Amino acid sequence: MARTRKGKALSVLLSGILAGCASIPKDALRLSPESLQERQLQTRRFETQNEANLLSASAALLQDLGFTIDKSETSLGVIAASKDRSAVETGQVVAAVLVALLLGAPVPYDEKQKMRVSVVTRPLGDGKSTAVRVTFQRIVWNTAKQVSKAERLNDPEIYQEFFSKLSKAVFLEAHQL
Amino acid sequence: MTKLTCSQGLLGLVFVLILGMGCATTQARLLDSDESQVKLRSIQSRAFDTTDKATTLRTAIATLQDLGFVVDQADLTLGTVTGTKLAGYQLRMTVSVRPRGETQLLVRANAQYNVQPVTDPEPYQMFFAALEKAMFLTAHQVD
Repeated sequence: MARTRKGKALSVLLSGILAGCASIPKDALRLSPESLQERQLQTRRFETQNEANLLSASAALLQDLGFTIDKSETSLGVIAASKDRSAVETGQVVAAVLVALLLGAPVPYDEKQKMRVSVVTRPLGDGKSTAVRVTFQRIVWNTAKQVSKAERLNDPEIYQEFFSKLSKAVFLEAHQL
Repeated sequence: MTKLTCSQGLLGLVFVLILGMGCATTQARLLDSDESQVKLRSIQSRAFDTTDKATTLRTAIATLQDLGFVVDQADLTLGTVTGTKLAGYQLRMTVSVRPRGETQLLVRANAQYNVQPVTDPEPYQMFFAALEKAMFLTAHQVD
Protein backbone atom coordinates (compact mmCIF):
# COMPACT_ATOMS: atom_id res chain seq x y z
CA MET A 1 0.00 0.00 0.00
CA ALA A 2 2.61 2.47 1.15
CA ARG A 3 4.69 1.62 -1.89
CA THR A 4 1.99 2.63 -4.38
CA ARG A 5 1.41 5.88 -2.53
CA LYS A 6 5.09 6.65 -2.75
CA GLY A 7 5.00 5.68 -6.39
CA LYS A 8 2.16 8.09 -6.97
CA ALA A 9 3.97 10.86 -5.10
CA LEU A 10 7.03 10.13 -7.17
CA SER A 11 5.20 10.35 -10.48
CA VAL A 12 3.52 13.60 -9.42
CA LEU A 13 6.92 15.00 -8.48
CA LEU A 14 8.50 13.88 -11.74
CA SER A 15 5.70 15.30 -13.89
CA GLY A 16 6.02 18.53 -11.93
CA ILE A 17 9.71 18.66 -12.77
CA LEU A 18 9.04 17.90 -16.43
CA ALA A 19 6.35 20.59 -16.65
CA GLY A 20 8.86 23.08 -15.31
CA CYS A 21 11.18 22.20 -18.16
CA ALA A 22 8.64 22.47 -21.01
CA SER A 23 10.96 22.74 -23.98
CA ILE A 24 10.86 24.44 -27.35
CA PRO A 25 8.08 23.26 -29.74
CA LYS A 26 9.56 20.97 -32.39
CA ASP A 27 8.52 23.21 -35.28
CA ALA A 28 9.53 26.57 -33.77
CA LEU A 29 12.42 26.91 -36.24
CA ARG A 30 10.96 24.86 -39.08
CA LEU A 31 10.18 26.70 -42.31
CA SER A 32 6.38 26.42 -42.47
CA PRO A 33 4.43 25.93 -45.71
CA GLU A 34 2.76 29.31 -45.04
CA SER A 35 6.07 31.15 -44.86
CA LEU A 36 6.05 32.00 -48.58
CA GLN A 37 2.54 33.43 -48.35
CA GLU A 38 3.51 35.46 -45.29
CA ARG A 39 6.60 36.75 -47.05
CA GLN A 40 4.43 37.99 -49.92
CA LEU A 41 2.03 39.65 -47.51
CA GLN A 42 4.86 41.42 -45.67
CA THR A 43 7.04 42.39 -48.66
CA ARG A 44 6.83 44.94 -51.48
CA ARG A 45 9.24 45.67 -54.29
CA PHE A 46 10.21 49.26 -55.04
CA GLU A 47 11.88 50.21 -58.29
CA THR A 48 14.84 51.97 -56.81
CA GLN A 49 18.35 51.07 -55.77
CA ASN A 50 18.41 53.82 -53.20
CA GLU A 51 18.18 51.70 -50.08
CA ALA A 52 19.05 54.58 -47.72
CA ASN A 53 16.15 56.61 -49.11
CA LEU A 54 13.71 53.74 -48.50
CA LEU A 55 15.04 53.29 -44.97
CA SER A 56 14.74 56.94 -44.02
CA ALA A 57 11.22 57.09 -45.47
CA SER A 58 10.39 53.99 -43.42
CA ALA A 59 11.82 55.56 -40.25
CA ALA A 60 9.73 58.69 -40.84
CA LEU A 61 6.63 56.56 -41.44
CA LEU A 62 7.23 54.59 -38.23
CA GLN A 63 7.35 57.91 -36.38
CA ASP A 64 4.09 58.93 -38.04
CA LEU A 65 2.58 55.69 -36.73
CA GLY A 66 3.72 56.51 -33.18
CA PHE A 67 6.63 54.08 -32.97
CA THR A 68 9.96 54.97 -31.42
CA ILE A 69 13.07 53.61 -33.11
CA ASP A 70 14.93 51.15 -30.87
CA LYS A 71 17.82 50.15 -33.13
CA SER A 72 18.91 50.57 -36.72
CA GLU A 73 21.74 49.41 -38.97
CA THR A 74 21.67 51.13 -42.33
CA SER A 75 24.42 48.98 -43.83
CA LEU A 76 22.25 45.88 -43.35
CA GLY A 77 18.95 47.63 -44.07
CA VAL A 78 17.41 47.11 -40.64
CA ILE A 79 15.18 49.29 -38.46
CA ALA A 80 13.61 47.99 -35.23
CA ALA A 81 10.95 50.03 -33.46
CA SER A 82 8.30 49.63 -30.78
CA LYS A 83 5.49 51.34 -28.92
CA ASP A 84 3.60 50.80 -25.68
CA ARG A 85 -0.15 51.16 -25.78
CA SER A 86 -3.23 50.32 -23.77
CA ALA A 87 -4.75 46.90 -24.49
CA VAL A 88 -8.03 47.52 -22.70
CA GLU A 89 -11.07 46.39 -24.68
CA THR A 90 -14.51 47.27 -23.34
CA GLY A 91 -16.04 43.85 -24.13
CA GLN A 92 -13.33 42.01 -22.29
CA VAL A 93 -13.57 44.30 -19.25
CA VAL A 94 -17.36 43.85 -19.06
CA ALA A 95 -16.95 40.05 -19.30
CA ALA A 96 -14.23 40.11 -16.60
CA VAL A 97 -16.41 42.16 -14.26
CA LEU A 98 -19.39 39.81 -14.77
CA VAL A 99 -17.30 36.70 -14.14
CA ALA A 100 -15.70 38.39 -11.12
CA LEU A 101 -19.15 39.11 -9.67
CA LEU A 102 -20.14 35.45 -10.14
CA LEU A 103 -16.91 34.08 -8.66
CA GLY A 104 -16.48 36.73 -6.02
CA ALA A 105 -12.81 37.08 -7.01
CA PRO A 106 -11.07 39.50 -9.35
CA VAL A 107 -10.62 38.28 -12.93
CA PRO A 108 -7.71 39.77 -14.87
CA TYR A 109 -8.26 41.46 -18.22
CA ASP A 110 -5.80 42.79 -20.82
CA GLU A 111 -4.25 46.05 -19.68
CA LYS A 112 -1.25 47.06 -21.78
CA GLN A 113 0.73 45.93 -24.77
CA LYS A 114 4.10 46.41 -26.43
CA MET A 115 3.88 46.47 -30.22
CA ARG A 116 7.09 45.77 -32.10
CA VAL A 117 8.03 46.14 -35.73
CA SER A 118 11.06 45.57 -37.90
CA VAL A 119 11.60 46.99 -41.38
CA VAL A 120 14.21 45.26 -43.53
CA THR A 121 15.35 46.42 -46.97
CA ARG A 122 17.17 44.16 -49.38
CA PRO A 123 18.56 44.87 -52.85
CA LEU A 124 17.05 42.42 -55.33
CA GLY A 125 19.02 40.35 -57.79
CA ASP A 126 17.70 42.26 -60.81
CA GLY A 127 20.03 45.14 -59.95
CA LYS A 128 17.35 47.82 -60.18
CA SER A 129 14.87 47.27 -57.37
CA THR A 130 14.77 46.86 -53.61
CA ALA A 131 12.50 44.74 -51.43
CA VAL A 132 11.06 46.06 -48.19
CA ARG A 133 9.78 43.55 -45.66
CA VAL A 134 7.95 44.63 -42.54
CA THR A 135 6.79 42.44 -39.62
CA PHE A 136 4.69 43.36 -36.63
CA GLN A 137 4.21 41.51 -33.34
CA ARG A 138 2.91 42.26 -29.87
CA ILE A 139 3.04 41.16 -26.24
CA VAL A 140 -0.03 41.81 -24.08
CA TRP A 141 -0.03 41.94 -20.27
CA ASN A 142 -3.18 41.63 -18.18
CA THR A 143 -4.09 43.39 -14.94
CA ALA A 144 -2.39 40.55 -13.00
CA LYS A 145 0.87 41.52 -14.79
CA GLN A 146 0.93 38.18 -16.64
CA VAL A 147 1.65 37.84 -20.36
CA SER A 148 -1.76 37.04 -21.83
CA LYS A 149 -0.78 37.17 -25.52
CA ALA A 150 2.49 36.92 -27.44
CA GLU A 151 1.77 36.88 -31.14
CA ARG A 152 2.55 37.95 -34.68
CA LEU A 153 0.18 40.47 -36.23
CA ASN A 154 -0.72 38.97 -39.59
CA ASP A 155 -3.84 40.89 -40.59
CA PRO A 156 -3.33 41.70 -44.32
CA GLU A 157 -4.92 45.14 -43.88
CA ILE A 158 -2.12 46.19 -41.51
CA TYR A 159 0.45 45.51 -44.22
CA GLN A 160 -1.59 47.03 -47.04
CA GLU A 161 -1.99 50.26 -45.10
CA PHE A 162 1.69 50.37 -44.12
CA PHE A 163 2.87 49.92 -47.71
CA SER A 164 0.34 52.33 -49.14
CA LYS A 165 1.70 54.97 -46.76
CA LEU A 166 5.30 54.05 -47.54
CA SER A 167 4.63 54.36 -51.29
CA LYS A 168 3.31 57.87 -50.80
CA ALA A 169 6.32 58.77 -48.68
CA VAL A 170 8.87 57.69 -51.30
CA PHE A 171 6.79 58.75 -54.35
CA LEU A 172 7.19 55.25 -55.73
CA GLU A 173 4.70 52.55 -56.46
CA ALA A 174 4.95 49.44 -54.28
CA HIS A 175 4.72 46.28 -56.35
CA GLN A 176 3.58 42.89 -55.10
CA LEU A 177 6.32 40.29 -55.35
CA MET B 1 19.36 -0.13 11.08
CA THR B 2 16.98 -1.27 8.37
CA LYS B 3 18.13 -1.32 4.79
CA LEU B 4 16.68 1.36 2.49
CA THR B 5 14.04 -0.06 0.17
CA CYS B 6 14.33 0.56 -3.54
CA SER B 7 11.51 3.13 -3.59
CA GLN B 8 12.95 4.96 -0.59
CA GLY B 9 16.26 5.16 -2.33
CA LEU B 10 14.59 6.47 -5.47
CA LEU B 11 12.63 9.03 -3.49
CA GLY B 12 15.86 10.17 -1.86
CA LEU B 13 17.48 10.48 -5.28
CA VAL B 14 14.60 12.60 -6.59
CA PHE B 15 14.82 14.75 -3.46
CA VAL B 16 18.52 15.35 -4.01
CA LEU B 17 17.84 16.05 -7.69
CA ILE B 18 15.22 18.68 -6.82
CA LEU B 19 17.56 20.22 -4.29
CA GLY B 20 20.28 20.35 -6.91
CA MET B 21 17.95 21.94 -9.48
CA GLY B 22 16.59 24.43 -6.99
CA CYS B 23 20.07 25.45 -5.98
CA ALA B 24 21.64 26.14 -9.39
CA THR B 25 23.82 29.14 -8.62
CA THR B 26 23.52 32.48 -10.36
CA GLN B 27 27.02 31.93 -11.70
CA ALA B 28 25.99 28.61 -13.27
CA ARG B 29 22.96 30.26 -14.89
CA LEU B 30 24.87 33.35 -16.00
CA LEU B 31 27.63 31.34 -17.65
CA ASP B 32 25.49 28.26 -18.48
CA SER B 33 28.47 26.33 -17.19
CA ASP B 34 26.47 23.12 -16.73
CA GLU B 35 26.28 22.53 -20.49
CA SER B 36 29.05 20.94 -22.46
CA GLN B 37 30.14 24.09 -24.26
CA VAL B 38 32.12 22.32 -26.96
CA LYS B 39 29.19 20.08 -27.89
CA LEU B 40 26.79 23.02 -27.88
CA ARG B 41 29.09 25.06 -30.11
CA SER B 42 29.12 22.28 -32.66
CA ILE B 43 25.30 22.01 -32.57
CA GLN B 44 24.95 25.77 -33.03
CA SER B 45 27.57 26.35 -35.76
CA ARG B 46 27.94 25.74 -39.49
CA ALA B 47 30.59 26.81 -42.00
CA PHE B 48 29.68 28.25 -45.40
CA ASP B 49 31.99 28.53 -48.44
CA THR B 50 31.74 32.29 -48.83
CA THR B 51 33.54 35.34 -47.46
CA ASP B 52 30.70 37.79 -48.08
CA LYS B 53 29.78 38.77 -44.52
CA ALA B 54 27.16 41.39 -45.42
CA THR B 55 25.23 39.11 -47.78
CA THR B 56 25.39 36.25 -45.29
CA LEU B 57 24.00 38.51 -42.55
CA ARG B 58 21.27 39.81 -44.85
CA THR B 59 20.35 36.22 -45.73
CA ALA B 60 20.28 35.32 -42.03
CA ILE B 61 17.95 38.29 -41.42
CA ALA B 62 15.67 37.17 -44.28
CA THR B 63 15.64 33.62 -42.90
CA LEU B 64 14.72 34.86 -39.43
CA GLN B 65 11.86 36.83 -41.00
CA ASP B 66 10.73 33.73 -42.93
CA LEU B 67 10.63 31.88 -39.61
CA GLY B 68 8.39 34.53 -38.08
CA PHE B 69 10.95 36.60 -36.20
CA VAL B 70 10.94 40.37 -35.80
CA VAL B 71 14.48 41.72 -35.95
CA ASP B 72 15.57 43.40 -32.70
CA GLN B 73 18.95 44.63 -33.89
CA ALA B 74 21.76 44.04 -36.33
CA ASP B 75 25.41 45.08 -36.50
CA LEU B 76 27.54 44.61 -39.59
CA THR B 77 30.86 45.38 -37.87
CA LEU B 78 30.19 42.91 -35.10
CA GLY B 79 28.54 40.53 -37.55
CA THR B 80 25.47 39.84 -35.43
CA VAL B 81 21.72 39.92 -35.77
CA THR B 82 19.15 39.27 -33.04
CA GLY B 83 15.45 38.58 -33.45
CA THR B 84 12.40 37.64 -31.39
CA LYS B 85 9.57 35.29 -32.32
CA LEU B 86 6.27 35.54 -30.46
CA ALA B 87 3.85 32.64 -30.94
CA GLY B 88 2.36 32.00 -27.53
CA TYR B 89 5.97 31.75 -26.40
CA GLN B 90 8.99 34.00 -26.66
CA LEU B 91 11.89 32.70 -28.71
CA ARG B 92 14.93 34.94 -28.97
CA MET B 93 17.88 34.15 -31.21
CA THR B 94 21.22 35.71 -32.07
CA VAL B 95 23.01 34.77 -35.28
CA SER B 96 26.65 35.73 -35.63
CA VAL B 97 28.90 35.56 -38.68
CA ARG B 98 32.69 35.39 -38.42
CA PRO B 99 35.49 34.58 -40.86
CA ARG B 100 36.75 31.00 -40.66
CA GLY B 101 40.10 30.66 -42.37
CA GLU B 102 40.56 32.33 -45.77
CA THR B 103 37.59 30.96 -47.68
CA GLN B 104 34.79 30.36 -45.20
CA LEU B 105 32.42 32.07 -42.81
CA LEU B 106 31.31 30.51 -39.55
CA VAL B 107 27.65 31.09 -38.74
CA ARG B 108 26.65 30.53 -35.15
CA ALA B 109 23.13 30.69 -33.77
CA ASN B 110 22.04 30.54 -30.17
CA ALA B 111 18.48 30.69 -28.96
CA GLN B 112 16.54 31.01 -25.75
CA TYR B 113 13.00 29.71 -25.35
CA ASN B 114 11.16 31.75 -22.69
CA VAL B 115 13.67 31.53 -19.83
CA GLN B 116 15.66 28.51 -21.03
CA PRO B 117 18.59 28.03 -23.37
CA VAL B 118 17.80 25.92 -26.44
CA THR B 119 20.24 23.02 -26.38
CA ASP B 120 18.42 20.44 -28.55
CA PRO B 121 20.16 19.84 -31.90
CA GLU B 122 16.91 19.65 -33.95
CA PRO B 123 15.79 23.31 -33.81
CA TYR B 124 19.26 24.37 -34.96
CA GLN B 125 19.26 21.75 -37.73
CA MET B 126 15.97 23.22 -38.97
CA PHE B 127 17.31 26.76 -38.78
CA PHE B 128 20.43 25.89 -40.78
CA ALA B 129 18.34 23.91 -43.29
CA ALA B 130 16.30 27.07 -43.91
CA LEU B 131 19.45 29.22 -44.03
CA GLU B 132 21.32 27.02 -46.50
CA LYS B 133 18.28 27.02 -48.79
CA ALA B 134 18.27 30.82 -48.76
CA MET B 135 22.07 31.01 -49.16
CA PHE B 136 22.14 28.57 -52.11
CA LEU B 137 25.16 27.10 -50.29
CA THR B 138 25.79 23.99 -48.24
CA ALA B 139 26.11 24.33 -44.49
CA HIS B 140 29.15 22.35 -43.37
CA GLN B 141 29.18 20.71 -39.97
CA VAL B 142 32.21 21.83 -37.95
CA ASP B 143 33.80 20.19 -34.91
